Amino acid sequence: MTEVGRARRRKEDARLVTGRTRWTDNIQMPGMLYVAFLRSPMAHARITRVDTSAARGRPGVVAVYSGRDFAAEQGSLPCAWPVSEDVVIPDHPPMAVSEVRYVGEAVACVVATDRYKAADALDAIEVDYEPLPAVLDMREALTEDSPKVHESGNKAFTWTFSGGDIDAAFTGAPVVVEREYVQQRLIPTAMEPRAVVASTDGETFTIYSATQIPHVLRVMLAVTTGIPEHKLRVIAPDVGGGFGSKLQVTAEEVLTLLITRRLGKPVKWTESRSEGNLTVHHGRDQIQRISVAAERDGRLRGIKVDLLADMGAYLMLVTPGVPLLGAFMYNGIYKMDAYHFACTGVFTTKMPTDAYRGAGRPEATYALERVMDELAAELGMDPMEIRRRNWIRHEEFPYTTIAGLTYDSGNYEAATDRAMTLFGYDKLRAEQADRRERRDPVQLGIGISTYTEMCGLAPSRVLGSLAYGAGGWEHANVRMLPTGKVEVVTGSSPHGQGHVTAWSQIAADALGVPFEDVSVIHGDTAIATKGMDTYGSRSLVVGGMAVLQACEKVKEKARQVAAHMLEASADDVEFDQGSFRVRGTGAAKTIQEIAFAVFAAHDLPDGFEPRLDADATFDPENFSFPHGTHLCAIEVDTETGQSRIRSYVAVDDVGKVVNPLIVEGQVHGGLAQGIAQALYEEAVYDSEGNLLTTTMADYLIPSAADLPDFVTDRTETPATSNPLGVKGVGEAGTIASTPAVVNAIVDALRPHGVHDVRMPCTPERIWRTLQSVNGGAA
Amino acid sequence: MIPAAFDYVRPQTLEEAAMALAEAGEDAKVLAGGQSLLPLLRLRLSYPSSLVDVGRLSELHGVRDEGDHVFIGAATTHYDVVHSPVVQAECPLVAMATATVADPQVRHRGTFGGSLAHADPAGDLPAVAVALDCAFVARSASGGEREIPASEFFVDYLEPALRADEILVGVKVPKLGPGWGYHYEKFHRTAQSWAIVGVAAAVRRSNGSIEEARIGLTNMGPTPVRASAVEEALRGTPITVPVPGGGNGGPDPIRDACGEAAAGTSPPADLHAQPDYRRHLARVLTHRAVLSAARA
Repeated sequence: MTEVGRARRRKEDARLVTGRTRWTDNIQMPGMLYVAFLRSPMAHARITRVDTSAARGRPGVVAVYSGRDFAAEQGSLPCAWPVSEDVVIPDHPPMAVSEVRYVGEAVACVVATDRYKAADALDAIEVDYEPLPAVLDMREALTEDSPKVHESGNKAFTWTFSGGDIDAAFTGAPVVVEREYVQQRLIPTAMEPRAVVASTDGETFTIYSATQIPHVLRVMLAVTTGIPEHKLRVIAPDVGGGFGSKLQVTAEEVLTLLITRRLGKPVKWTESRSEGNLTVHHGRDQIQRISVAAERDGRLRGIKVDLLADMGAYLMLVTPGVPLLGAFMYNGIYKMDAYHFACTGVFTTKMPTDAYRGAGRPEATYALERVMDELAAELGMDPMEIRRRNWIRHEEFPYTTIAGLTYDSGNYEAATDRAMTLFGYDKLRAEQADRRERRDPVQLGIGISTYTEMCGLAPSRVLGSLAYGAGGWEHANVRMLPTGKVEVVTGSSPHGQGHVTAWSQIAADALGVPFEDVSVIHGDTAIATKGMDTYGSRSLVVGGMAVLQACEKVKEKARQVAAHMLEASADDVEFDQGSFRVRGTGAAKTIQEIAFAVFAAHDLPDGFEPRLDADATFDPENFSFPHGTHLCAIEVDTETGQSRIRSYVAVDDVGKVVNPLIVEGQVHGGLAQGIAQALYEEAVYDSEGNLLTTTMADYLIPSAADLPDFVTDRTETPATSNPLGVKGVGEAGTIASTPAVVNAIVDALRPHGVHDVRMPCTPERIWRTLQSVNGGAA
Repeated sequence: MIPAAFDYVRPQTLEEAAMALAEAGEDAKVLAGGQSLLPLLRLRLSYPSSLVDVGRLSELHGVRDEGDHVFIGAATTHYDVVHSPVVQAECPLVAMATATVADPQVRHRGTFGGSLAHADPAGDLPAVAVALDCAFVARSASGGEREIPASEFFVDYLEPALRADEILVGVKVPKLGPGWGYHYEKFHRTAQSWAIVGVAAAVRRSNGSIEEARIGLTNMGPTPVRASAVEEALRGTPITVPVPGGGNGGPDPIRDACGEAAAGTSPPADLHAQPDYRRHLARVLTHRAVLSAARA
């Protein structure tokens, strides 16, 4: 039986759930010091004075620094994605020196012998601020007389993209529907807060960080701090979730490293949850204006998107690139004649935004799937029917979209049919009609999301054409040990995904060894020396391919040795389930025997290097395009505004599946996060730029108790762009579910005259929406 | 959790605890389950000089049937309250509301008395205490024991009628006797979040009508609120069986009576709800709570 496709329980979990873990915060070193940051209480202000003298005298305090102390060496936090010619990348000091631009920006820090003393001494630092006006609203920020976040103004960049003749598509179109949607600001909430430990032996530096990107971080820290790359080791130990929030080069990482360089001692920083809400980069925060032109029969002519994207106060690692990742997705699974996308990045005095699970694609999918429902309503069509009329048919693959991407494979009909059956679509529509007829205070809504997304980041050449600062390859090293066991070293850096299990399954099949005989090593730049890390649903489709290719190389080497040992030609040696056999004879050698023979090296083919290992670096030829159909039924209590998801069906097509259990977990978690955006989560700043959602009592995330039992299933249309036939799954659930939920809510309330509810669709917002359309008579 | 420094004492008896609290002075705090206090310490919103831990004092634990009332020890955990046969049988409204407190982890740690003494109007138990006219038993080293009626216990937001040197020993929950139905209606956004509005309702029925009602409101002001106007209006109201999904047209005296639910309240504004929405919810939810209690 092959390993790929088996619902293997994760190798990681016994250790993780029994607490035998090594989070960054667990790391202790002799003489370790602790740093606490003093953060700006002002959204925008000039720093006129910082007095650290009193804090220096506090018990246990070793050092106190302000931004001025680091000014000469701290550099600027990097932005690796200068998206356009006109992009403005302001200087971004890790610790503010002369001006603060968001509440939470670090202005000083205390280094002390324990973290309590460090926190206590923060009170003794005196900072004088000269207030400057906060800039909070994107549209106001773009007006002439708006106060400026940076000298250069509030516009970060503009970026446009077109396919087809958009004017022709809209001119004379029988139907045009235009809507505006708001992607609220979100706070990624990984279970493990960020933490950093830096240490030095006087010459080299080691930094442990709760990061998704140890390899990228190493490069960036070297560039930022001037510590030579070969003197810097980055380790991502156990990392408890990221969702993009740990795809970053943070001020705290840089400063912790600088403090260690200055003091020569190990230094640790661990954020509190409230500190994290303030200063983990935020997600989404866009205003989307979307127009769709269509024929009366529902056929799409064109889509126009005008986007404002809130950058926050600075451009961080990929801040300006996030909207671009959505730019190619506003056409979704649909055919149309023309498409136009324009985006303006805007600076505000808020925490910078950056990648958050889905990064660009959830926004695009939301606007598109919402507007498809609006178009259906406008035309009096069933919302599924309008989708059917427009989507790319199975026989049309591979299909090059109006946005210029070539979707390699897909079967929207199959996924939709399966979802409709599991959901009981017609029966629910009948119940909806009945409730409407009875004027039931609890109305039923049905929401559809037929999504695709681009992931598996990414072909390096494409990234280059988009001005991204790095490639999209991934690396693996596979080695057979003398006893026949296998070590897989991966450049992917797991933080909850289950790489160890999935890579073991791929290697076990490729080398014909037991699943248990494979171990996977990752997350340390001294050991996993090459990598591009984990984000953008890339691990399996890029990193998994690298593992497979390295295994293939090992196998070919082993075949040479087998042929030599069996005195046969390599062409006559077949590999099956771990054994090399001479075709037509019984003579065979197991791969384990060969591994030992290579180790001994007594009798190898002439010129054969005595090693049974191989490296592979895989650069994908295309993105990965998972797709699926999600259906959501929601009951909305029109008296209170409370909504309750009654059923949720997700049928996803992620191509060939390596481990169904892991896919299931990714889908469940993704759904929870997408539903959370629809119903619960929102970062709120007040009119002075103070973040109000600094605790989990204010920033609500749903728990299992708030979510329905998900009905999940899959169709399997293999990707043709990689030999495994796999597609990414890490973000699909998040991307698909948000519009399914909001479409359901709007569908429930449409007879009341409602055609939008702003996210998150809180009970109060639903109630107020009903109040406004009913003239106060909800 | 990185709180500011504080002293910590864990006395062995209630008497010692009262002494310790008196000695520790104004800035000391009583710690039991820690589910309200520790978040305040964590956020450095509270800087007590010392904590007197009463969580393990046996005198403060357990539920006793004391004839005309049930005595619930202040340090009895929510979990133990919910699972007490005496509470379930004699004061089901307490069991119902307590079962909705936060999440299972909090209910295993948090205490009945601690939650009440925290005097958070968004907590579920204060509204029940005022609806049922509970009595609070407090003790201090200097003044001995005294009883405070629920109507006087909740002075202001997070401010109970306990002196700095007083420890809440327990709460007397009156037995209402036969004929009563109960319901706690909690409206919140996630399972473990605070009530946006909650309604604790006890209704005595007789011959198809409401003879007497007791209604407490959660999070409709700086203290829990007794919805006296609704109680008054409900007296003698016939309990009609509503038409399923209907309710349009026709007289609905219970709904009309519950229209008074927001009278005299001053609900807070926060991220989850503005005052006008809370008033609206109070009316809708009171109606639902009363109907459920009347039909229980």
